[in-house]
Amino acid sequence: MNKFTEDDLKKELETKEYEYGFYTDIEADKFPIGLNEEVVIAISKKKNEPEWMTEWRLDAFRIWKEMEEPDWANVNYEKPNFQDISYYSAPVQKPKLDSLDQVDPELLKTFEKLGISIDEQKRLSNVAVDIVVDSVSVATTFKKTLNEKGIIFMPISEAIQEHPELVKKYLGTIVPKTDNFYAALNSAVFSDGSFCYIPKGVTCPMELSTYFRINEGGTGQFERTLVIADEDSYVSYLEGCTAPARDENQLHAAVVELIALDDAEIKYSTVQNWFPGDAEGKGGVYNFVTKRGLCEKNSKISWTQVETGSAVTWKYPSCVLKGDNSVGEFYSIAVTNNFQQADTGTKMIHLGKNTKSTIISKGVSAGHSQNSYRGLVHIGPRAKNARNFSQCDSLLMGNLCGAHTFPYIEAKNKTAQIEHEATTSKIGEDQLFYCNQRGIDTEKAIALIVNGFSKEVLNKLPMEFAVEAQKLLEISLEGSVG
Amino acid sequence: MELKEKLVSSFLAFENKGGLDLDSNVHSIRSKAIQNFEKEGFPTKKDEEWKYTSLKSLLKKDLGLFPSTDKTIGFKDIKEYLINDIESYTLIFIDGVFNSFLSDTTHDDCDVCVLSSALTRPKYKMIVDNYFNTIAKDNNSMAELNTAFTKEGAFINIPKNTIVQKPIQILNFSTGKEKEVMLQPRNLVVVGENSHVQIIERHQNLSKNTTLTNSVTEIFVHKRAIVDFYKIQDDTKDSSIVDSTFVTQKQQSIASVHTYSFGGKIIRNNLEFYHEGEHITSNLNGISILNDKQHVDNHTLVNHKYPNCESHELYKGIYDDKSTGVFNGKVIVEQEAQKTNAFQQNNNILISDGAEINAKPQLEIFADDVKCSHGCTIGQLDESALFYMQSRGIPKKEAKALLLFAFGNDVVEKIKIPQLKTRITKLIAKNLGVDLGFEL
Repeated sequence: MNKFTEDDLKKELETKEYEYGFYTDIEADKFPIGLNEEVVIAISKKKNEPEWMTEWRLDAFRIWKEMEEPDWANVNYEKPNFQDISYYSAPVQKPKLDSLDQVDPELLKTFEKLGISIDEQKRLSNVAVDIVVDSVSVATTFKKTLNEKGIIFMPISEAIQEHPELVKKYLGTIVPKTDNFYAALNSAVFSDGSFCYIPKGVTCPMELSTYFRINEGGTGQFERTLVIADEDSYVSYLEGCTAPARDENQLHAAVVELIALDDAEIKYSTVQNWFPGDAEGKGGVYNFVTKRGLCEKNSKISWTQVETGSAVTWKYPSCVLKGDNSVGEFYSIAVTNNFQQADTGTKMIHLGKNTKSTIISKGVSAGHSQNSYRGLVHIGPRAKNARNFSQCDSLLMGNLCGAHTFPYIEAKNKTAQIEHEATTSKIGEDQLFYCNQRGIDTEKAIALIVNGFSKEVLNKLPMEFAVEAQKLLEISLEGSVG
Repeated sequence: MELKEKLVSSFLAFENKGGLDLDSNVHSIRSKAIQNFEKEGFPTKKDEEWKYTSLKSLLKKDLGLFPSTDKTIGFKDIKEYLINDIESYTLIFIDGVFNSFLSDTTHDDCDVCVLSSALTRPKYKMIVDNYFNTIAKDNNSMAELNTAFTKEGAFINIPKNTIVQKPIQILNFSTGKEKEVMLQPRNLVVVGENSHVQIIERHQNLSKNTTLTNSVTEIFVHKRAIVDFYKIQDDTKDSSIVDSTFVTQKQQSIASVHTYSFGGKIIRNNLEFYHEGEHITSNLNGISILNDKQHVDNHTLVNHKYPNCESHELYKGIYDDKSTGVFNGKVIVEQEAQKTNAFQQNNNILISDGAEINAKPQLEIFADDVKCSHGCTIGQLDESALFYMQSRGIPKKEAKALLLFAFGNDVVEKIKIPQLKTRITKLIAKNLGVDLGFEL
């Protein structure tokens, strides 16, 4: 199959619009651009969804139509035209390459720096893997283990078919369709995503990752993730990949919902390295994500994120601490370079007694980028003995970037204890000099210092991820010293 | 009729009847301001800057705009609100009208007089043209409203190289001859190079009637000048104030604004510092002790535009009963402002379950070689410290008060006038409901 470029598509659409209609099983793997109720129905049909799901999507679409795109975030970008996007495309099969020699050398260089194994490199760059150690077979073994434990881990489209009772019960309960503009849009048109259910008392024996979800090439434009940890269970979930994703989609609006029932614990780690646009700030992915978790009694949700990609990031992983003694954590590193803009942070809503939350946010800005922390700590009137600690540190490199903090702190209970601190600084010239003096060149020295600066967050990542993330930070800041 | 329409429609009458010069520059400033106000209207909770403070309950009232003044007010009525154990210049306004009998003004080394004469006399034309409404304009709708109805207030003009020996007290009284009134005092302070001045400002309601004061103060601090401005807000439970204070500083000057909020229905302070030179120091100190259903909202802004400047901000709050506090501290460091040192701290104690605090310390930084930090805490008294004191025979109430007093002491320590310090200490003790039994 030949590579199907956007130009081809455009041409095709201009000439062949609506030729196929919506209900026939067409061969083309993209819908015509535009969004209306018919498109929403068509997406639902395509996925062979039950009627309640179609209705649910339509409802979300009607809500979305009434909403306005938010503009309160500290980011500037050209607003996408929502009628200019195709809302469904099956994963495009990229041409198989015979060997690594055919791969873009730039990409290979990055792989090398990240320390990705040859096999992995081949998989990522779509080179046919013909060695015995097939990633697919590894994945199959994992699947077996999960099955034995009763853990459900599958694409959400399959879950809608196979476990409708679970999906119906929880989907949209944490991030309702009315929540915000992008959440409503996602609810209407989400293409796919992951579904994960950990039964009572089960500790998931491995890090769950989209990586092992076979047959799922590429990231969906409108991903929907639902993770349910039943009573007394534990799961660690990884999302994203350290490898640079050269995604064609400009707009990404994902929704992630986490539910931790009594005594359960969910650890959710994200590494995001989507195309940030070129050095002049052209192109790049818009990343507008809604992530939220609900904690029941004695449960814990921990968000860890390393954000290095995307031209515009707009993302606030939050915890609703509903149950007594529940714990919410947020660890984040956001690195922006060139013309990237990031407005990210968290919301900790304390509703139950003795709830605790910790926020550690590190921002590194270089080039012409703007990096904002925006967070809310809310202590409700019934949240006795709630405790919060927040720390946001910013590191500025160069004189053209900006670092901003917008923390909101609301306390309605006298027993609340809240501490918030923020600092902004630059890499000390004495620190650099010290490193130079010992034979470490400036670029390496900066990487060293940035890694030290982000240590508290990197430590929270699962082992394998942490190593790669560390290298990723170095790469993201390459060339920022001048 | 809604208050907004009432204000707009009475603007003409205000200018005509007030005998104001309609050919002057000031007239065009007023007209422009009322247009802006008409366009923007009163702030609502939908404005990000007014997210936690609502004026709705006040705006529903039928506020009298041109109160008649009570001429029977004598020194005995106002004595307790003056700090009278020091020599000082005083400017007394009763229901928005200057009372020359009770005041003590001067034109000797410096001008301590009233704005109405400054706006009309040719002698001051240049100062008014150069300074009046230069920083307050296009800022917020409440300030625009004040500009439109500018008539009276303090005018303080300190020439070069002058150290004003006596502090200046500005007192605004409302006598409550009418049930509900709105007052709009306007102050202009110009401090010349190398000069030094201390100013104490207070708004006081002498009755139990409702007042809404919408005050604007513009302060210009020239090279190497030092200005200390103290605001005492210890009004009755039916008095509300929206106070906008704007400070412009030239190089090497030091300006400090201290805000003590102990009483009032709704207190809203907009305090903004703008830098126009290097090596400037700005100090912002505040302490709020509230109970009942009182509400205080401190909005501050420090705009660092030039290199090598410093700002220090320290706000403390103690909230009892159903009182609510808001702190929104914004620090902007622009790209040119390298080597800035900006420090901001906000500590709060909630004493009762109904009390509430909303804090938003905000940093916006565009320069890399800076030292900026902010800290914000919300907590309660240390139980073990309380127990320690009780075990040594100090009753719980006093022990609590001592601890709270110690908590606020950092701010009180910054007062440079000893008599004022004693007064503030007493006010704090009164608000905490104890007799501390020692003089500080």
